[in-house]
Amino acid sequence: MAARYDRAITVFSPDGHLFQVEYAQEAVKKGSTAVGIRGKDIVVLGVEKKSVAKLQEERTVRKICALDEHVCMAFAGLTADARIVINRARVECQSHRLTVEDPVTVEYITRYIATLKQRYTQSNGRRPFGISALIVGFDYDGTPRLYQTDPSGTYHAWKSNAIGRSAKTVREFLEKNYTEEAIATDNDAIKLAIKALLEVVQSGGKNIELAVIRRSQPLKILESKEIETLVAEIEKEKEEEAEKKKQKKAT
Amino acid sequence: MALLDICRHQDWKAILTPFGAQNFSVSCGSEVTCDEFKVPVGVDPSTFMNTLSKNDGKLKLQFNHGTTTLAFKFQHGVIVAVDSRCTAGKYIDTQYFKKVIEINPYLLGTMSGSAADCVYWERVLAQHCRIYKLRNKEEITVSAASKLLSNMLAGYRGMGLSIGSMICGWDKKGPGLYYVDENGTRLSGNMFSTGSGHSYAYGVMDSGHRYDLTVPEAYDLAQRAIYHATHRDAYSGGTVNMYHVKQDGWIKVSQEDVGELYQKYLFKRK
Repeated sequence: MAARYDRAITVFSPDGHLFQVEYAQEAVKKGSTAVGIRGKDIVVLGVEKKSVAKLQEERTVRKICALDEHVCMAFAGLTADARIVINRARVECQSHRLTVEDPVTVEYITRYIATLKQRYTQSNGRRPFGISALIVGFDYDGTPRLYQTDPSGTYHAWKSNAIGRSAKTVREFLEKNYTEEAIATDNDAIKLAIKALLEVVQSGGKNIELAVIRRSQPLKILESKEIETLVAEIEKEKEEEAEKKKQKKAT
Repeated sequence: MALLDICRHQDWKAILTPFGAQNFSVSCGSEVTCDEFKVPVGVDPSTFMNTLSKNDGKLKLQFNHGTTTLAFKFQHGVIVAVDSRCTAGKYIDTQYFKKVIEINPYLLGTMSGSAADCVYWERVLAQHCRIYKLRNKEEITVSAASKLLSNMLAGYRGMGLSIGSMICGWDKKGPGLYYVDENGTRLSGNMFSTGSGHSYAYGVMDSGHRYDLTVPEAYDLAQRAIYHATHRDAYSGGTVNMYHVKQDGWIKVSQEDVGELYQKYLFKRK
């Protein structure tokens, strides 16, 4: 059945599926993991860094991009598609500043990206974008926001979410561990993002890239040294917890 | 369409639209394109208008903004006052024309110049403001509304529109007052007056305006300024319509006939 209805994007299947859109979502599931956390005064984005070839310069592949001074996004899926979406979003951010004399709200730019994606699911001769995006930032009034979009063009607000490979595992971890106390300080929120990624990333701090936005401050990408320090702290805390449990068992 | 984009070297627009359409999109993320007026291909409105305004021309059309409107900011918000006389050359069309358009409970637009142009374009502005509110779940800011209007008018620059408008309101950034005109000028300020009687109004406003006016003093100043303009300018008169824009919205303060104001201000002194 699927064979006859999955070629052209604008055709529904008899049971109401748009197969091209669903296949695009499969492409997203192949991409490297990205996680987003909304804290109280900070928003955090973490991505799994794919290992680069020996001769390749590391810095050319960036999965976390600033859309404006107060908004940034990470994606999972086809990097080339993401580049197009990011370019259009950046232009729209500046266009909004020009006509409305105000920076975009995170919801506005998410809605723009989602509308863009939807347009490509209903167009002749085009295929959907094969990316899901996590868009974070602060609004004009200081509220932190985290939104997720997917290839079908829907978007939702989240307290914290993960996309890409093993997103389900990470999301389950976050559902268990995202509490008000867990994100009480900025540092805690960053550590929670690292902990979530460590669940699925293979070899620890080297393969994690982290970016934060604090209220009224521009995007900051953490250096690998800082990440190593935080990972070491997390390992220490884990050991201490394991010790405590042992002692409890002993007594 | 995707195929159209690939064949970029051909001018498909000329083939698909028989008349040269004046296309511009109002970017509120709205992707709204306004094909308001289609102008026949080959006619350039700006050159036609130039021939009319040349001083040696046999046919001369003067676009004077025949009215007086004013607005000023002070500590308690924005006061807006306008006259209500509508003239066509030397003939008075009506003494009771509404020159303030109530865009939404927080935003007002004044009109001076061509009545038809003002009424039409400010109603289009009101439509865009309503759409903005539906899309973004918050009221449009005064700066954004005035920017929308000035961008719309800039598209018709040189084609003979005659609009001198002040957009007044109170938004999340505080009280806002912008002057927008048919050239695409857009100015933010504390005090503006437009129309053929504006110099008379400026004289009275400048001599009496302070930021820390009380509300009754501000009402008196605005009313007095419009009244004196209507007294001396032939193209202003009728009634003085006054509005006060506060933090929780505007209120209509008064509508007084200038004949009665004459009794109040000038006659008593004699």
